[in-house]
Amino acid sequence: MPTVSDTSLPAQEPSPVIILDDVAVRYRVPTERIGTFKEFAIRLITRKVSFRYFWALGGISLTVNRGEVFGLIGNNGAGKSTTLKVISRVLRPTKGRVQVFGKIAPLIELGAGFHPELTGRENVYLNGALLGYSHQQMDQVFQDIVDFSELGPFMDAPIRTYSSGMYARLGFSVATSHQPEILILDEILSVGDESFQAKCRERMRQFRENGATILMVSHGMANMSAMCDRVGWIDHGKLRMVGEPDEVIAAYRQENA
Amino acid sequence: MNGLTATNKPIYDSDRQVSLALSELRDLKKYHYLLRQLVRRDILTRYKRSVLGVAWTMLNPLGTMLILSFVFSNLFKAEQFYSVYILTGIITWNFFSQGTNAAMSGLMWGGSLMKQMYVPRTIFGISAIGTALVNLLLSLIPLILVILITGAPLYWTWVFVPISILILVCFTLGFGLFISTLGIYFPDVAEMYQIILSAWFYLTPIVYPESIIPERLRWLFFANPMYAMLKLFRLPIREGLIPTFAQIWPAAAWGIVTLVLGWLFFTSKSDEYAYRV
Repeated sequence: MPTVSDTSLPAQEPSPVIILDDVAVRYRVPTERIGTFKEFAIRLITRKVSFRYFWALGGISLTVNRGEVFGLIGNNGAGKSTTLKVISRVLRPTKGRVQVFGKIAPLIELGAGFHPELTGRENVYLNGALLGYSHQQMDQVFQDIVDFSELGPFMDAPIRTYSSGMYARLGFSVATSHQPEILILDEILSVGDESFQAKCRERMRQFRENGATILMVSHGMANMSAMCDRVGWIDHGKLRMVGEPDEVIAAYRQENA
Repeated sequence: MNGLTATNKPIYDSDRQVSLALSELRDLKKYHYLLRQLVRRDILTRYKRSVLGVAWTMLNPLGTMLILSFVFSNLFKAEQFYSVYILTGIITWNFFSQGTNAAMSGLMWGGSLMKQMYVPRTIFGISAIGTALVNLLLSLIPLILVILITGAPLYWTWVFVPISILILVCFTLGFGLFISTLGIYFPDVAEMYQIILSAWFYLTPIVYPESIIPERLRWLFFANPMYAMLKLFRLPIREGLIPTFAQIWPAAAWGIVTLVLGWLFFTSKSDEYAYRV
């Protein structure tokens, strides 16, 4: 795996890689689903196109520094995933400003970019392309992906013949095949069996040592407190608290007890 | 923001105001490998489980042509080399209808990805047209075979065909982007579009000769961009003529205007797709 040199280890002075400045996201939810032109035209004329506005994020300011492992906790629907989406450029903020200083590697829902009829090998290249890598870059890490996923004998079989565990292992191996600058993890560290999970954690540790910034969302509090340098608690689209993992988790637990 | 040096330029800044239509173009350049991979995937997977595989791309229009010429050959006896006439029409039409349909379904497929990661959103439409283009080029092989078998002349004016293809690609991509944007907002469009396509098919002289349409209805052809496209293929392939400027410009204008408008329309909405699909 290509690694960056040691000089990029976290410097004494923190340098921000992700800056959210009063970021707000508003979803527009039609009160009823308008499925046809006719209906839409009629409603437009009669001015009955009504939308319900829903602020998924209501002004979040946050700075994540280089080399940090930052965790987001909060109840379902609090806005954790929306925050990740705003950072990874999937959603444009309705208000506020997002700045990202580095290339983002999203760890997507494992296997979301796979095609069942293609072989494991073909899917590795397709998935790599989706993540923005070139053919040469994928050639470089191909063997590493095969080794890490332990799927050597199955690389030329169509992926529809894989078990869901194999699927997830291949997805994880491709997504983490390059040392990322910023890695985004949305509740997916529970891949495969015990020994594979250990490998995943080991890889995370390596990334971190090599200076990657990791942003993660999880409901597994033990995991969060073990891995994160700082944790932010998001509640109803607002940042309630940022700080030491154990403190924030304790405060969160207290309120949700 | 304090604490930041001026040299430290963000890779992504939501405030940076560039036109969406232009930034999309710039991002596409970075993702050209993905484009190739998507086209490859579509072509490989379409026939992966069939024995004849990609040969079906060539056999399909050939089969349709055989049926149509069998059904209509008595009716349109006057038309010389009727099979070449139909086959040229079918190939041109198939490119358009498959390309636009695939652009629409490709965007729906890409939807699950677009919710999770950033990729240039036009890439699904462009790769759909890319796949249709490979199919178009492959189906030129049976066309040449039919020309040779029926004894129709193989003209040197084929050299014009790449230009015809280029114009058709522009039109199809523009229209595909337009229709897939509508498809995202109104799921019914996908179904409605099939009806529109079949009406459009019969309004265009694909299987019947132009001459059966009475003079006073001919204007219908000139309002129909696919008629202009078809001409650009039939003139050099079947009649041995290089299209005149008067024949080229309507098609070229349709192509360029549709592409520009389709692109602008699509990209103006593209930031909303992630929470629409």
